Amino acid sequence: MNVVELTDVTKTYPGGVRAVRGVSLDIGYGEAVAVVGRSGSGKSSLLNLIGTLDRPSSGQVRIGGHDVAALSDRQLSGLRAATIGFVFQQFHLTPGVAVRAAVADGLLYSSVAARERLRRADTALERVGLGHRLHHRPHELSGGERQRVAIARALIGDPPLLLADEPTGNLDSASGETVLGLLTELNAAGTTVVVITHDRELAARLPRRVEVADGLIVRDEREPGVVPFAARIGAAR
Amino acid sequence: MSAPPRPGRLSPGDVLRVGAAGLRSRRLRVFLSALGIAIGIAAMIAVVGISSSSQAELDRQLDDLGTNLLTVEPGRSSDDKPTQLPDEALGMIARIASVEAVSAVARLPDVHAYRNEHVHPAQTGSLTVYAGRLDLPETVGLSPVSGRWLSLPTADFPTAVLGWTAAQRLGIDGTAAQPQIVVGSHRFTVVGVLRPVPLAEDLDRAVFVGWSAAAAYLGFDGHATTVYTRTAEDAVVEVRMALPRTVKPGAPNEVLVSRPSDALAAKMITENAFGGLLLGLGAVALLVGGIGVTNTMVISVLERRSEIGLRRALGATRGQILLQFLVESLLLSALGGLGGLLIGVVVTGGYAATQDWPAVVPLWATVGGFTATLLIGAVAGLYPAVRAARLTPTEALAGI
Ligand SMILES: Nc1ncnc2c1ncn2[C@@H]1O[C@H](COP(=O)(O)OP(=O)(O)OP(=O)(O)O)[C@@H](O)[C@H]1O
Ligand SMILES: [Mg+2]
Repeated sequence: MNVVELTDVTKTYPGGVRAVRGVSLDIGYGEAVAVVGRSGSGKSSLLNLIGTLDRPSSGQVRIGGHDVAALSDRQLSGLRAATIGFVFQQFHLTPGVAVRAAVADGLLYSSVAARERLRRADTALERVGLGHRLHHRPHELSGGERQRVAIARALIGDPPLLLADEPTGNLDSASGETVLGLLTELNAAGTTVVVITHDRELAARLPRRVEVADGLIVRDEREPGVVPFAARIGAAR
Repeated sequence: MSAPPRPGRLSPGDVLRVGAAGLRSRRLRVFLSALGIAIGIAAMIAVVGISSSSQAELDRQLDDLGTNLLTVEPGRSSDDKPTQLPDEALGMIARIASVEAVSAVARLPDVHAYRNEHVHPAQTGSLTVYAGRLDLPETVGLSPVSGRWLSLPTADFPTAVLGWTAAQRLGIDGTAAQPQIVVGSHRFTVVGVLRPVPLAEDLDRAVFVGWSAAAAYLGFDGHATTVYTRTAEDAVVEVRMALPRTVKPGAPNEVLVSRPSDALAAKMITENAFGGLLLGLGAVALLVGGIGVTNTMVISVLERRSEIGLRRALGATRGQILLQFLVESLLLSALGGLGGLLIGVVVTGGYAATQDWPAVVPLWATVGGFTATLLIGAVAGLYPAVRAARLTPTEALAGI
């Protein structure tokens, strides 16, 4: 079973823009996928469909085995809480909220007790190398550090699927490097990672690249010899 | 195929924390919109508190003094001439079965009292000289703070008892030193100072001398000007009806009977009429405060679209977003409500203290006021919260 299965998916926005025009895409557990394409090609629209933040106009979206069309809004929320971690270009950290609390909020909607959330926030921040910045607030951090906080928040619940929409878009190349390094590490530990990026060089370092143009997938290439994590350990979840 | 995913549950503590988080980052705005609510609640609590306190004071005074005191005074004749009470009036009244006590004072309008001979005669200090009967204290309810009431045989000599205000005006703070004052053209020794008398405030400015001393030294003609009558509690109305005919069988319309406790109660009612206006004002302030809260919440939702989007991405349901903003609005107005209660109680306490009243803020007003703020918070926050919950995750994340 694949963690993401899109079948003939389209997305037409009110007003008639056809952002996704018939995409079929399977992503297996443990894969690391770069989504590339020109601006306006429909990458973010596609990622929103995968992240169940939006529903398709037609076609089928299955995430973690669940047909999105069959789920209510509440159930989709539950699916996101349990299955999907998000990292955004704009970090989405609330000003004035300390790093530790911001990361702990990644588990707020997962029925985890407050004390346990904080404990796991500490662990998650250790993982992204910010274990010493627990009580800093966003304005006291660099852009790269903020994005690492956002990644900690996305991974705190150990979601099988991590979606990142241009996570390095606001960062210089060194910080971008750190962030990509983190995502690669996560993938090595078993998380499926889907990254939208404009950076061809960055994309080239991921084992699978999907190129989107005009709402369609025009290329889907795998690094020869690179085997998805799930296949490596010989067990799909 | 696995079971459909279920959304997470927020503990009550988390609900409160998430609701409060939105307030913490916008302190000035929160303060200002809570202030609107606070002013409204404070106004209402103060109005209710002050009127309750004055009611409590009235009850206390009535309790102290009883509602069974009647006064009899001479009215005007049918051809509009001043009249006098007949000499035998006291005796006649005492003979009414349900009358428990009768006493009288006589006002001496041409006699004035001074601290000493050096005071200019025009500086009367608005004091009134009365001849008072020996049984006046029991009937009216007078008690001395210092010294004692007039008694025989000293009442036949130039001795005086001062009302509370009169003693202050004359600068006499006790009778220990046997101070002397000048009444008419004679020196009188002060033997007593009285406590304030709420039911007969005239008596606070009085300088009392004995009935016979007044006749001997001050040219008093012996006619009482006010007769005080204590009746059995259940016979007040009946005695009141009977008094004019008893005092002047031939001309009952020349006799004025009044019940001081009624006048006191009526005075309180007129004072409270003013409270209605303030209450209305408080309601308007609350309404405006509620609109302020809505306004703050609408802006809060607008500003925090991307936060809403993020929370949806983290797994928040529409209901949880709705609850978050509703709780934020409730906390905001509860903050104002608590502040308002506090201000209202302090104002009531302060005002009551200046009036020497017991301070009373009824529980129903406190509970009602706080419930009202919660209601306002819920109503004011509902529309913004629904708007926040209606946003789709992608709309919210777009943040525009
Ligand atoms: N909510 C929306 N309503 C209407 N049109 C939209 C909406 N969101 C995106 N579009 C349109 O859909 C198309 C695809 O947009 P999308 O954001 O998916 O592109 P993208 O590949 O992510 O671009 P970029 O690299 O600039 O982020 C664009 O033409 C865009 O204008
Ligand atoms: Mg995009």
